[in-house]
Amino acid sequence: MNTICIMCPMGCALNIEEHDGKVVVSGNTCKRGELYGVQEFTHPKRAITTLVKTADGSVVSVKTSALVPKERIFEVVGKIHELDVRPDAKIGDVLAKDLLGLGVDVIVTGTAKSGVPR
Amino acid sequence: MGNLLYDVVIIGGGPAGMAAALAARKQGASCLILERDVRLGGILNQCIHQGFGLHYFGEEMTGPEYADRFRKLVEASDIEVMLESMVLSLTDDKVLTVLSPKLGLCHIKAKAVVLAMGCRERTAGAIALPGSRPAGIYTAGMAQKICNIDGYLVGKEVVILGSGDIGLIMARRMTTEGAKVKLVLELMPFSSGLKRNIVQCLDDYNIPIKFSHTITRVVGSPRMTGLYYAPVGKDRKPILEEEQYVSADTLLLSVGLIPENDLLGGTKVELSRITSGAVVDENRMTNVDGIFSCGNVLHVHDLVDNVSHEAEIAGESAAKYALDKFENQGETVTVTAKDGVRYSLPQRIHKGEGKVQIFFRTGDVYKNCRLIVESGDDLLLSKKCQILAPGEMGSVIIDKAKITGDIVVRLEV
Repeated sequence: MNTICIMCPMGCALNIEEHDGKVVVSGNTCKRGELYGVQEFTHPKRAITTLVKTADGSVVSVKTSALVPKERIFEVVGKIHELDVRPDAKIGDVLAKDLLGLGVDVIVTGTAKSGVPR
Repeated sequence: MGNLLYDVVIIGGGPAGMAAALAARKQGASCLILERDVRLGGILNQCIHQGFGLHYFGEEMTGPEYADRFRKLVEASDIEVMLESMVLSLTDDKVLTVLSPKLGLCHIKAKAVVLAMGCRERTAGAIALPGSRPAGIYTAGMAQKICNIDGYLVGKEVVILGSGDIGLIMARRMTTEGAKVKLVLELMPFSSGLKRNIVQCLDDYNIPIKFSHTITRVVGSPRMTGLYYAPVGKDRKPILEEEQYVSADTLLLSVGLIPENDLLGGTKVELSRITSGAVVDENRMTNVDGIFSCGNVLHVHDLVDNVSHEAEIAGESAAKYALDKFENQGETVTVTAKDGVRYSLPQRIHKGEGKVQIFFRTGDVYKNCRLIVESGDDLLLSKKCQILAPGEMGSVIIDKAKITGDIVVRLEV
């Protein structure tokens, strides 16, 4: 398969093939690209960022601590939307551990508008 | 707040302003950041997606996290910060008129000024979008703010015009938050955004992108109900016979960014007609002594990491200027872009010692070409490039000692 590496803004054009049960990546210019190519060929995964609502109607931005299977993105986002968060949540706070048994946590990445000190 | 005289005043508290202030402070200059928002961080606060910091910090993070790293450093320093403060005017003598909640209307005098105001989006009016003006038309960045900061989704059935990075990022954001993004239209035959954003924001969600297409009419009242679009010919004019309709309640525009330099109207700072930013030397100083520029107000960057690096150059130079530590730099040569290179920056370089990085952007997509940098009659650099695209800024490093005359950056296809 041919794809574009998404590991950094370079956007290397990857060619990924299977030879004798071994996945071979070419076109990458770094190690991260090779790992991405193998993963994309075997089981694509993505990082997820979304929002969680606070009780006062603000939103807090969050991310998954690691990549999740691409085909489960919407399921994961739906689960994250159900979480509760306080308006004074701090960057780095863990909102949920081992979401859906995927081995990833949900981490706060930003401050709610209502949580900005005035 | 003591007296209103500072070595370096930085206008804008986004990534450029924070990095510039930290670099200036490191040189020993007294610094003030003027920021019009309620917090530092600028547009990074609304960029909740991943993709920042890989070059600068060696790890990938979200926009608010990237901003937070710098904000903590600023807060730990004795850099003064005035929030909710709007700079109304700036003079060549570096006197700023500022409106702030704490001081009301006041004047601030700086020995050096760093411009770090960022850029703003081209609007429906700026591109003369055809059709009526119903509700539902937003710039992509505005929709991003309303979604990621205010917590509202601006629509349910979305078309995006333009393939700038914010538009692509918003295609994914709107999709994961529950909207249906039906189509992305791009006037040019190539994307103006990063390749990886086509893959991870459009392809991943089966969102189609039509290159060489544009909008012919927006319809609906009071809310838009849909729009007509058509392919464009070589002259980039729509072929109306092939017009098609798509229903949509929302149109996002991602059609370019313009450095926000309105403040320079009261100064003699020379602006480039191509970048819409100031013309600067390698220290990021403009033609007005002591006024420096960096980040997206100087030229629109693809990566915040590059903004941080550039701002450090400007901040350090501004401090040296303010503290009289600027060495006499002697003669300058001009740097000119031609033959496929749309612009290069800095536009002036001093002869002397050390290395200097020249950034450039091409006007079209070029494959297997050669980037040539010449100085006077001498070839400074000839570099083979697999692919150069307008959406991805390139750079080369040259040796100042080898400069013999004016510099030309060009392509050989």
